[in-house]
Amino acid sequence: MTIRHILPAIALLLIATIPFTAPALQILLTLALAKAIAVMGVTLLLRAGQVSFGHALFFGIAAYAAAFVAASSLDDLVVLLIAGTLGAAVSGLIVGLFVVRYRGIFFGMLNLAFSMIFWSVLEKFYHYTGGADGLRLPRPSVLGLSLERAPFELLLFYVTLGLTVALGWFVLRFLGSPVGQLFQTVKTNETRLEYLGISARTTLLKGYVLSAALCGTGGILVAVAQGIVTPSYAYWIRSGEMVFIAVLGGAGSIPGAVVGAVAYEVVRAYAAAFAADIWQLVLGVFLLAVILFAPGGLAGIYEGLANRLSRRDAPSANRKPAAKEVHS
Amino acid sequence: MSTHLLEARDLEIRFGGVVAADGVNLTIDEGKNLAIIGPNGAGKTTFLNICTGWLKPSRGQVFFLGEDVTRLPPRKIVQRGVARAFQIPQLFSEHTAMENLLIAVSAREGRQSPFLQMEAQPERDEMRELLDLVGCADVADARVDALSEGRRKLVDIAVALALKPRLLLMDEPTSGVASSEKFEIMDILVKALARADVTSVFVEHDMGIVKNYADEVAVWNAGEVQMRGTPDEILAHPDVIRDVIGEEAA
Repeated sequence: MTIRHILPAIALLLIATIPFTAPALQILLTLALAKAIAVMGVTLLLRAGQVSFGHALFFGIAAYAAAFVAASSLDDLVVLLIAGTLGAAVSGLIVGLFVVRYRGIFFGMLNLAFSMIFWSVLEKFYHYTGGADGLRLPRPSVLGLSLERAPFELLLFYVTLGLTVALGWFVLRFLGSPVGQLFQTVKTNETRLEYLGISARTTLLKGYVLSAALCGTGGILVAVAQGIVTPSYAYWIRSGEMVFIAVLGGAGSIPGAVVGAVAYEVVRAYAAAFAADIWQLVLGVFLLAVILFAPGGLAGIYEGLANRLSRRDAPSANRKPAAKEVHS
Repeated sequence: MSTHLLEARDLEIRFGGVVAADGVNLTIDEGKNLAIIGPNGAGKTTFLNICTGWLKPSRGQVFFLGEDVTRLPPRKIVQRGVARAFQIPQLFSEHTAMENLLIAVSAREGRQSPFLQMEAQPERDEMRELLDLVGCADVADARVDALSEGRRKLVDIAVALALKPRLLLMDEPTSGVASSEKFEIMDILVKALARADVTSVFVEHDMGIVKNYADEVAVWNAGEVQMRGTPDEILAHPDVIRDVIGEEAA
């Protein structure tokens, strides 16, 4: 256990105490962590060198799936999570079959197109979707227990935190596994991949379905926390926000996705309160600075600091790939 | 009649006005290392591209172990036991040499579990031996984009060998390797191929290598197999001296 691991562990513990030390931040962090899970999906694709400008599609699909299920008698948080994530994964498989044939800008734009089609459907089929007003998502029970608002929100906070850690761990395992390593070679050499007897499309599709499922899980948690789903869940600005956070946190870094999402939400909340007119400008300048001076994002900055601090006790070169650039 | 390892029948392909394969017929038999020589633009690499499914010929067929593989994509042909090393090494540039081999072996074994970590695969030692074989054990943990071109070519060959192919196609395996090391590497490589029971076909411009390591030589010219024979016969042939060796010496 080096300093590299101790600091994130302390940060996680601090976050876990938030409901008692800073209850005002609890809902903000629930939303931030839920978004972090969704951003992990976008980050995952960055590892294969692909940028999706339409992943809010899966965020929205899962949220609406949860809202539809909640309208039935099965309105339990666990059921919503499973149904929504499955819905996102299945739609990820269907959309993926089309988009994995493309790379770079075509991949990004085709994803955007799919998400905007879904957004229009949500807007226009208002008998089913509630149109621009969206659907209410009443507070679900949890394993059969109906909770009051305060304990439910507390529970939701810990469920989100737990899922963030568990899914983050899972994605890291996936990336380190043979199938995940093959997935990442789509970025560097598809010719060799083919000559290893592997289909780049199938490999990319596996990662794509996982990324869609992650976005879906994030979408359900946000929907449950807000108690409403609207077409804005699937709007392109939401997709752009995910890419923004992924790059801010460190394109390709899973812990970076979490740090980026928390930083983004906190900056946005406070900037909106203290500089209502220019908060987008603040974030924009912040991102510009990150891209220019710290292309590894927040995770890259941390990595650099940790390397400097642990140089004495860990001379075995931590061969982390250099800052990954976003290919679009 | 025994089945040939690989058989090309009457292959034809054109790129615009250039005929890169104009009725190519060639059989490759198990255990015989075949060198392909010929002037630039004769269609040597095109032949490898057709055999591995990268290019589809406008006419003709390719058989691997008696099975028609002409219309199959490269990955399906690779899965049947044909591996390829490239003239310009095709490696995963953000990974180390060892990781490149471990990725190859995970492709070979078809591993799917997200919980098994790549480094924990049981073939680690086998891959280390393979790196050692091509003389790259010392750079196992270096990223391949930091290696010299010669080293990258050797790692590229090791990646192909990691698939345990029946047939290995190599496009100028020793170009880019320092000439003082060429023979040493070919010595090791040819022995390793024999031991692993891999038949090889290699495109080569160095006649010294051809003479020493090929069992047979096929001469390409203008999209055709001009002649075929033992290295001694071919390299002494006046046409070959004029068209191929002359050009190489120039």
